[in-house]
Amino acid sequence: MLKIRNINSYYGNIHALKGISLDISEGEIITLIGANGAGKSTTLMSISGIVPPDSGDILYMGNPIHSMSPDKIVSLGISQVPEGRRIFPDLTVMENLHMGAFPRTNKSQVSNDINYVFDLFPILTKRRNQPGGTLSGGEQQMLAISRALMARPRLLLLDEPSLGLAPIIVRQIFDIIKKINSEHNTTIFLVEQNANLALHVAHRGYVMETGKIVMEDSADNLLSNDDVKKAYLGL
Amino acid sequence: MEYFVQLFLGGLTRGSIYALIALGYTMVYGIVELINFAHGEIYMIGAFTALIIASVLGLYGFSEISIIILASIIAIIYSSAYGYTVEKIAYKPLRHAPRLSPLISAIGMSIFLQNYVLLAQTSDFLPFPSLIPEFEFMNPYSHIFSSAELVIFCTTAVAMTLLTIIIKFTKVGIAMRATAQDRTMAMLSGVNVNKIISTTFVIGSSLAAVGGLLIASHIGQINFYIGFIVGIKAFTAAVLGGIGSIPGAVLGGFILGWTESFATGYISSDYEDVFAFALLVLILIFRPAGIMGKSRVQKV
Repeated sequence: MLKIRNINSYYGNIHALKGISLDISEGEIITLIGANGAGKSTTLMSISGIVPPDSGDILYMGNPIHSMSPDKIVSLGISQVPEGRRIFPDLTVMENLHMGAFPRTNKSQVSNDINYVFDLFPILTKRRNQPGGTLSGGEQQMLAISRALMARPRLLLLDEPSLGLAPIIVRQIFDIIKKINSEHNTTIFLVEQNANLALHVAHRGYVMETGKIVMEDSADNLLSNDDVKKAYLGL
Repeated sequence: MEYFVQLFLGGLTRGSIYALIALGYTMVYGIVELINFAHGEIYMIGAFTALIIASVLGLYGFSEISIIILASIIAIIYSSAYGYTVEKIAYKPLRHAPRLSPLISAIGMSIFLQNYVLLAQTSDFLPFPSLIPEFEFMNPYSHIFSSAELVIFCTTAVAMTLLTIIIKFTKVGIAMRATAQDRTMAMLSGVNVNKIISTTFVIGSSLAAVGGLLIASHIGQINFYIGFIVGIKAFTAAVLGGIGSIPGAVLGGFILGWTESFATGYISSDYEDVFAFALLVLILIFRPAGIMGKSRVQKV
């Protein structure tokens, strides 16, 4: 579904991605783990077109997307939940959700999908007319995921959804991620620092260090790999 | 008391013009964090376009009402085209440059447009026909509030209501607010940010064109330099109200209008600008973000 071939991306003057290649097949949950500053977020921003790669190819369903503008990429079916959630603070929950559905024109489908995300995260129903900035961290993460779902993505990019959240909320959010994947066959590309958590939901994983992919395997194999254990699982 | 009411209403009219133009500053600032110093010139171009159209149509014997409607529509289209083009030429290429660069580019655009009109038209003051008719029902009050002032106030009120509806309830309006709050996230939501920025410039320029037509027809003369002083005043109004805030720009416009009106009426017209800018200095000292502006708090 998504093929990344040898991309190099620069974040300002920093050579953030040094020849990254990876493959994501339809219906998979893929995780990308690595330390702070390894280039995980830049990888997602390159896919979304915010930090277009200087060289290399990104193919989505066989078509190159690496020189498309971010809004085109979204309308092809790739949505991102960025690091730090980036809720529009002065827009209400409803307005945030409508922003997620911005490229869509079918109003009745959009309102069906709003009901769908309210079913996934009932707490948002109560908050619907509150400004996004007044929500708690966990609620904002739920809203951020809901907003991304409003675009009806076929590929959902998630950047550190567990960041700064209480363990019980994290578990709830990861259950929903699995549910989205199994019920709608939405492909999920999950970037996480919490490698243990990520490898338990993912089918396959990539390990990234200073701008390069250093390991690639099934999630189970990575969980039992000694190097991964030592560096990322703290065992 | 009657004198007070007269000054109050005069300030209201003046303030509504400032507000119309201040909206352009504040909307552009809200979205691209740029003080568009060429905005006053867009207003001036609106006034010139209206003058040309009104003169031509007058020659062909069009009625007053049809002249005012056609002149405003064409002025709006013309000013919007200028506003749109200025953004594409002078600001868009500098979007990722340090903030000083687009600011200097804006000042350059302002000087360029002034001199362009100076060369293409004239440096003299040109008489502007009073397009706004005298209403009979206003006769008993005409010594305190003229028909022209009534039209200016009503037009402004309608324009602001329309703008509020667009910003609050339409898809484009929500996207404009979203882009102002977090441009990258707006892009990630599928918004074509370039289009939203262009739309903002077009809306701001349209409001400026309406302002230009109204004030020119009220004062009765224009030249290439009128955009500068009105631009500075409207900018003051925007900062006064809190730049980036739409209700702030309207409030700032009215406060500035009243300040000038009362200073002129009770002291001397020489003090009009002194009080206007003294007010700005005071606001900047005691409330740097403006009356309705808020200093941003970020939740991490």
